[in-house]
Amino acid sequence: MIKAILARISQGHRTTRFPRGPAPALPDRFRGAPRIDASACLDGCRSCAEACPTGAIEPGGTMSIDLGKCLFCPDCVRACPAGAMSYGADYRLSTRMRADLVLAQDGQILRLAEALEKKSRRLFGHSLKLRQVSAGGCNACEADVNVLGTVGWDLGRFGISMVASPRHADGLLITGPVTKNMELALRKTYDAVPEPKLVIAVGACAISGGPYIGHAEGNDGAAKLLPVDLFVPGCPPHPLTILDGLLRLLGRMPKGR
Amino acid sequence: MSRSYRDFAALSNGSSIPVAKIEPFGVEDFAQAILEAVAAGSRISSYFAVPREDGKGGESTELYALLADDARNTLLVGRSRVEGGSLPSIAAACPQAQLFEREIAEQSGLLPSGHPWLKRVRYHASWSGRDAFAGGAPSDGGAPGIEPGVGEFYRVEGDQVHEVAVGPVHAGVIEPGHFRFQCAGEKVFHLEIALGYQHRGVERAMLGGPDKRSLHYAETLAGDTTIAHASSYSQVLETMAACRPSARAQVIRGIALELERLANHTGDLGALAGDVGFLPTLSFCGRIRGDFLNMTALICGNRFGRGMVLPGGVGFDIEEGRAAELLKRLAAAERDTAGAVNLLWDTQSVMARFEDTGPVPREVALALGLVGPAARASGLSRDVRYDQASGIFRMAQIPVMSYDSGDVFGRAYVRWLEIQQSIAFIREQLLSLPSGPLEAEVKSLAPSSLAAALNEGWRGEVCHVAMTDSSGAFRRYKVVDPSFHNWAALAWSLREQEISDFPLCNKSFNLSYCGHDL
Repeated sequence: MIKAILARISQGHRTTRFPRGPAPALPDRFRGAPRIDASACLDGCRSCAEACPTGAIEPGGTMSIDLGKCLFCPDCVRACPAGAMSYGADYRLSTRMRADLVLAQDGQILRLAEALEKKSRRLFGHSLKLRQVSAGGCNACEADVNVLGTVGWDLGRFGISMVASPRHADGLLITGPVTKNMELALRKTYDAVPEPKLVIAVGACAISGGPYIGHAEGNDGAAKLLPVDLFVPGCPPHPLTILDGLLRLLGRMPKGR
Repeated sequence: MSRSYRDFAALSNGSSIPVAKIEPFGVEDFAQAILEAVAAGSRISSYFAVPREDGKGGESTELYALLADDARNTLLVGRSRVEGGSLPSIAAACPQAQLFEREIAEQSGLLPSGHPWLKRVRYHASWSGRDAFAGGAPSDGGAPGIEPGVGEFYRVEGDQVHEVAVGPVHAGVIEPGHFRFQCAGEKVFHLEIALGYQHRGVERAMLGGPDKRSLHYAETLAGDTTIAHASSYSQVLETMAACRPSARAQVIRGIALELERLANHTGDLGALAGDVGFLPTLSFCGRIRGDFLNMTALICGNRFGRGMVLPGGVGFDIEEGRAAELLKRLAAAERDTAGAVNLLWDTQSVMARFEDTGPVPREVALALGLVGPAARASGLSRDVRYDQASGIFRMAQIPVMSYDSGDVFGRAYVRWLEIQQSIAFIREQLLSLPSGPLEAEVKSLAPSSLAAALNEGWRGEVCHVAMTDSSGAFRRYKVVDPSFHNWAALAWSLREQEISDFPLCNKSFNLSYCGHDL
């Protein structure tokens, strides 16, 4: 017992004060919101689009980038001969609408997720129980959802927790492209959640299929099957990105963040 | 006179060979040769079917077996031509072949005749249009009637016997799988595991590559094993393109591989503590795991190592300042991990639950062909970094850590021993980073060749085998995640155990569903 107490003292208090305090420091090479500097693009160059593994970049006059497909990988940055592609440090990426994840090249600002309407906020704002369903996820999204439950993040302080049964849940948090072999299980789990309910799609796979876009074995994400209330892009999204999305949805992000 | 496995072609880890240099065996001789090799101490690292390249297709398929002869630090590859729709099963005499044969049946439609428990592995339609589970009848290419987890399960019957079914959706934040227990009261007679829910069709999608998605498939085969899978993929390309990554790139890959091990082993020890209700270590390790992931992110920007390993080298450098920062963080994490983990061994209530729970005896581990910490905890001394060393591990060897109890304690303790070795390795490497470019150019791949690359991922052996056609494109890409070997051991470990110990046994293996399902 005494050893456990001493260990507790030496390990210290490690929970982040985010969102009231500063966000935990991200590494200098962190790949957050991508940017295309159109003015630097070479005429007729399609290098970034050709390098993109998921077809997230649409070249041409209205060049755009789809954060729902983006793996936040370095391939486009490496392929660009003009240095027009880069990733910024902004971890805030979640949206309410799928279409909002598509950014045009003219420096369009991401329309971050708005809070639920008042009635849902009253229901879920201070107590949100989620049933996580991995439907073809590679265990990276799952792992960084799990991390939110550790002492470093302490998701419980917001009243958000993961529950064992869909019957106890207010919604689903889905990862993976929704494989054909998980389709029925996902539908049954959704049906077992009492109304009203939320669906949150975490990661490129759950939003668009990610690296598995177009596979006959998958469904190109959760939105093909269920109404999705929050999209959290990334491969996998950083825990901070996921937490940011959840807090925005619940209307619990302090003003100005 | 029948032929021996000694006629298989020898190759070293991370090298390639023209397919023409692999002598074809008759199917009976081939089966006998594999049995003989396993009896002599080799392991089956990979075993798969490929449609013949000459376009005969249909009835004509080739089998390839990649065996690891750890005692001689070499790999052996053999091939056989199958005329007709079946091959002789060796699973009854050689249990480690059983899942490979089921996979061959499901993918190619060949029937392993005499297989003691022929079931689907991933519940998808065959690639050849022939369905081994319908007696070799043609299938229409779709998958009607193939439902994951639906089919016969081994059953124990009797007055007091009951069946418990769990999954595919489990209680925690965890991937899907179906578990079927045969119990009397709390006691488990038998557990059967049905997977395939995570099947995304990776091997099929690799055909005709490499292309711009191939590396990303490798990185997401098992998301917590990104570095090991991306390294094996890259090494396969490099050997086929006669490309040699610099010493600096090899060292950075080695550091990344050990950071991956540290994060996962630390997380597992925390989760094991959680499963026996010992919250201090659960809380501490959950956080320290993040410290290791953040070290990976410090190098490449992503906590899981996405973008770190590329064919030809690595995507990111460890400059002097970054190495110093990593060393500082490593020292802090080492102190914290020791404080958190040693509490386990000092706590009677933890040890009482860990010891003698979920035992896998050495001879069972040997027969099932276990890999990684699960094998080493059952007294087997096998580790790709040592037995089949490639990259930096040829120069800097990490001692193989093993224990002989085979129980949950053994699997936990081996992880702790490995954590200490990995930290020492990373420190040593950071202090002596060689110079060299980060990347070398990977040109076109050698045609009509076979390449194999193994890495010791944190769960054990990650094995990639690639075969090119006459134009240098992939005509087969075979992935074996360590979980493929080890799921059978989890089922074994539950025998005669309390069903309430299942979460603890499960966590002590912590196997990958998506790595198995591909």
